[in-house]
Amino acid sequence: MLLDRYLHDSAQRHPDKLALVCGERRARYAEVEQGANALAHGLRALGLQRQQRVAVYFDNSVETVQGIFATLKAAGIFLVVNPQTKGNKLAFILNDCNARVLLTGLRNFEAVASDLAACAELHDVVLFDWDAKQPVPPAAAAWAAAGRRLHSMSGLLAQQPATLPVNRNISLDLASLIYTSGSTGLPKGVTLTHANMVAAATSITTYLGNEPDDIILSPLPLAFDYGLYQVLMAFRVGATVVLEKQCVYPYKYIELIVKELVTGLPIVYTISSILLNLNDLEEHDFSSVRYITNTAQALPERHITRMRALMPRARIYLMYGLTECKRVAYLPPELIDSKPTSVGIPIPDTEAWIEDESGAVITTPGVAGELVVRGPHVMVGYWNRPEETAQALRPGRHPYERELRTGDLFRQDADGHLYFISRRDDLIKTAGKRVGPHEVENVLYELDAVKEAAVIGIPDETLGSAIKAFVALRESMVLTEAEVIKHCKKRLERFRVPKQVAFVAELPKTSSGKISKKGLS
Amino acid sequence: MKNEHQLRSEIRQFVLDDLLMGDTTSMLDDGESFLETGTIDSIGVLDIVMFLEHNFQLKVQDRELVPENLDSVNRLVQFVMRKTHAA
Repeated sequence: MLLDRYLHDSAQRHPDKLALVCGERRARYAEVEQGANALAHGLRALGLQRQQRVAVYFDNSVETVQGIFATLKAAGIFLVVNPQTKGNKLAFILNDCNARVLLTGLRNFEAVASDLAACAELHDVVLFDWDAKQPVPPAAAAWAAAGRRLHSMSGLLAQQPATLPVNRNISLDLASLIYTSGSTGLPKGVTLTHANMVAAATSITTYLGNEPDDIILSPLPLAFDYGLYQVLMAFRVGATVVLEKQCVYPYKYIELIVKELVTGLPIVYTISSILLNLNDLEEHDFSSVRYITNTAQALPERHITRMRALMPRARIYLMYGLTECKRVAYLPPELIDSKPTSVGIPIPDTEAWIEDESGAVITTPGVAGELVVRGPHVMVGYWNRPEETAQALRPGRHPYERELRTGDLFRQDADGHLYFISRRDDLIKTAGKRVGPHEVENVLYELDAVKEAAVIGIPDETLGSAIKAFVALRESMVLTEAEVIKHCKKRLERFRVPKQVAFVAELPKTSSGKISKKGLS
Repeated sequence: MKNEHQLRSEIRQFVLDDLLMGDTTSMLDDGESFLETGTIDSIGVLDIVMFLEHNFQLKVQDRELVPENLDSVNRLVQFVMRKTHAA
């Protein structure tokens, strides 16, 4: 089974059913399918070969979804890069995976064009929202002058048929790279086959009980696996996704639930805290909501209690996962009152257990160890990172499989239900996203005045964890908190920017002289 | 009370300094949506609220957290004028 069949099969079954609602635009399955088919032919016409990489750098939109499926249909490998990503990091990612084509918008492209000059393998840029009849913008002119090719989406599609292209891929071929923060500071591409992603989508839609009648409201970015899978899973069953760019305005989110009769709400901590801050929630009709899912960062019990009161019909799924295998565990919703802090049991077709440092399986309740996972959804590795791959994946019990070390500490109760304790490394979970402290620290060190820097997560009402930077300055140098934050905002996506900066004379050190974060708060 | 011209100029300065980090090349037209152009996220909207409350001595109610009030320079200007005139 290939992932691209999800769209094709649903379009065959019910072509007139709504696939995506994006703002004013309502796209039916047949329309999404035909657009993706034509773009797939267009990508082939640009010279895209089987298993070459196509990056989509654009907001949540019908175009982004078509870009994903067109790449798969053309037998390529897609990656979605969050459009908040700065030019230098985008260029790093495109070079890391030798992306051949970039699908983006004019405004996004203009902001990063100078950085992309360094991407030697990037032959073609396709602009979704630019018409070749419009004047050529300066950044695009410079790009073309450097011998690179620039296309308008409409121009590229003009000659292409909307028929299903021949695709020789099989499910062992690669479907996607999902870039995540590494503890080294450089993003790494989680490499997934069609079989991996189909296994994850099948398992999750099974336990959620997704149906063609589902209407799922997702403001989660398609660059993150939680957001991406909302579309993949909906397309698997032929459901509708109300795809928002972000959850910026809480009343708009509520209005959409009510207006579109939304049945499924995938949320993260930040969404629930923004929503539950409102004091007139009881006045809205949430009775269409059938289920709520949460992952990335646990919800506090008071959020769960409030959600239960507001939406008594909704089943709440507390879940745990990591991009490397998408999802590991979920709490069956009937246990939410008795075990609101547990993430429950392994998802269907997955085995997970806790090990001590010698690799022995822990079965005693309450004893902490690392969670290890086996299943058909476990990634094949990190793109071009043999060492980091070997750390995360180890030989499995059969010669053809590998097991995933999550790097997360867990315990279990007497019923075998799992409880997350902490991460082994120091990744910070903020606003539902993972942030590697090194990436932020590297940016702090770009400031001449900074002698030492350390970044940690501190508890935060809205974000779950907020990023706090500790900075020691060079002698006689001066720097303000505002200057540090401004520099970080220029260099990093907003969610990675420290909320607070504390200036200290010197950072604590270990006996070997390395900066120690223990005791910082 | 500040006139519309002063308001607009302060709001444009805030957008340039705080939302765009001084990047004059990506400055928006006054009618352009912050959301559509990727200028704000859920944290950015809280920055806008703090800016309005601090600079114009007004209180943004929950109910007013809607794009119609907050999602472009023009809308911010109109919103602040309505709020300060009503007060």
